[in-house]
Amino acid sequence: MSVCIRVIPCLDVACGRVVKGVNFVDLVDAGDPVEQAKAYDAAGADELCFLDITASSEERDTIIDVVRRTAEVCFMPLTVGGGVRSAEDARALLLAGADKVAVNSAAVSNPQLIADIAQRFGSQCVVASVDAKRRSDDNDRVANDEALSKWEIYTHGGRRPTGIDALEHAQNMERLGAGELLVTSMDRDGTRIGFDNDLIRTIADNVSIPVIASGGVGHVDDLVKGVTQGHASAVLAASIFHFGEASISDAHEALRAAGLPARSIR
Amino acid sequence: MAENIALIDYGAGNLHSVYNALKAAGASSVEVTADPEYVAKADRIILPGVGAFGACKNALSAIDGMIAAMDKRARDEAIPFLGICVGMQLLADEGVEHGTHQGLGWIGGTVRAFEPSNTIKIPHMGWNQVHIKYDHALLETGEAYFLHGYKFDATDNDEVIAMTDHGGDVTAAIGRDNILGVQFHPEKSQHYGLSLLSRFLDWSP
Repeated sequence: MSVCIRVIPCLDVACGRVVKGVNFVDLVDAGDPVEQAKAYDAAGADELCFLDITASSEERDTIIDVVRRTAEVCFMPLTVGGGVRSAEDARALLLAGADKVAVNSAAVSNPQLIADIAQRFGSQCVVASVDAKRRSDDNDRVANDEALSKWEIYTHGGRRPTGIDALEHAQNMERLGAGELLVTSMDRDGTRIGFDNDLIRTIADNVSIPVIASGGVGHVDDLVKGVTQGHASAVLAASIFHFGEASISDAHEALRAAGLPARSIR
Repeated sequence: MAENIALIDYGAGNLHSVYNALKAAGASSVEVTADPEYVAKADRIILPGVGAFGACKNALSAIDGMIAAMDKRARDEAIPFLGICVGMQLLADEGVEHGTHQGLGWIGGTVRAFEPSNTIKIPHMGWNQVHIKYDHALLETGEAYFLHGYKFDATDNDEVIAMTDHGGDVTAAIGRDNILGVQFHPEKSQHYGLSLLSRFLDWSP
């Protein structure tokens, strides 16, 4: 057997509280990210991702505390993203117990940040976020320019276009030392109609580092398609797990049923 | 009497994760230490590590007397020793990562990069099967979490205790007598990893 496809639940955290996802009935405090993390650890999640969506920088210390408390009780890899703007931000999260940091907007305006973090702490801990949207208004331009993919990088939660080509950005992130790419379709995020597997595959087939597919999962079959059609090494989802529509073992089982390597024991 | 368990602090990023896992595995007290004198008297030694081989070796060498203390305690006096990830790779003769760097030379071998291929992603990241080659007090067959772009090619195949597969055979554990090195991360391998650490805490090789 080769390395397993990773199933990664993602928790949105704001000011130290889980923003969505309160369906673990047994939890004393379902809004506590540490309690949620413990439940996913016990359920055999392959990794966990915290996305800090705290608006103000004054409250950044809250996520550090959440990470520290999670690392004391969870024994699976933890990726933390959101608001990482400097190598010092990354260092604080890693020291608190994060295994990897995901860098999004800051790596678009300052790609060198990826190289800085990779050189100081190793590529293994650098996840570069690739937030992409399908181009709408310039299909003719794409058709006439072979160097362009069909997607463009967006920042600020999908609100701000950058003009940067998604594939070119992804390859740039790899070249600068990212150990992994978290590719999110901003068109699909929150839609529950499945990953944009065309996007995922275009990137996964053109980089040598692992790609995590993200954005749009509404069913465990969508996770399977992220691998069979999107060629992803890992699949990330939020709501289907949080709202109890599928368990981690349902996801593993669906992957195995499709002939893909997935964990069988916890 | 409580044992002195030395978790060597040379700036490795995963130090606290290993600390937390050792506590969860039942260690009554774990000393996170950069003090060679403590290491020279420790009952068990754990060497963690993430990042680049050369950077880790340099950081370890920068602590005056640390390598000598580890060498005396683990090799001459044979107390239980566990190396994790880059802490395992450092046991090799040399590492070829951003130049060639000398390792500790406890277990013969070279640490080198995975060869790029169209069929595997690098780094080797995620849960993979640990296949035991022969019975070992600490290791069992199961799934563990790996995260590495370089692998340990051992000189003496008898010192390879467990293998995994990523585009071909990859060393998952190496060792001899009281020394064990694991490529995977027991501190991130849920029940599989914690039970290994728990056995290490009771190990009398």
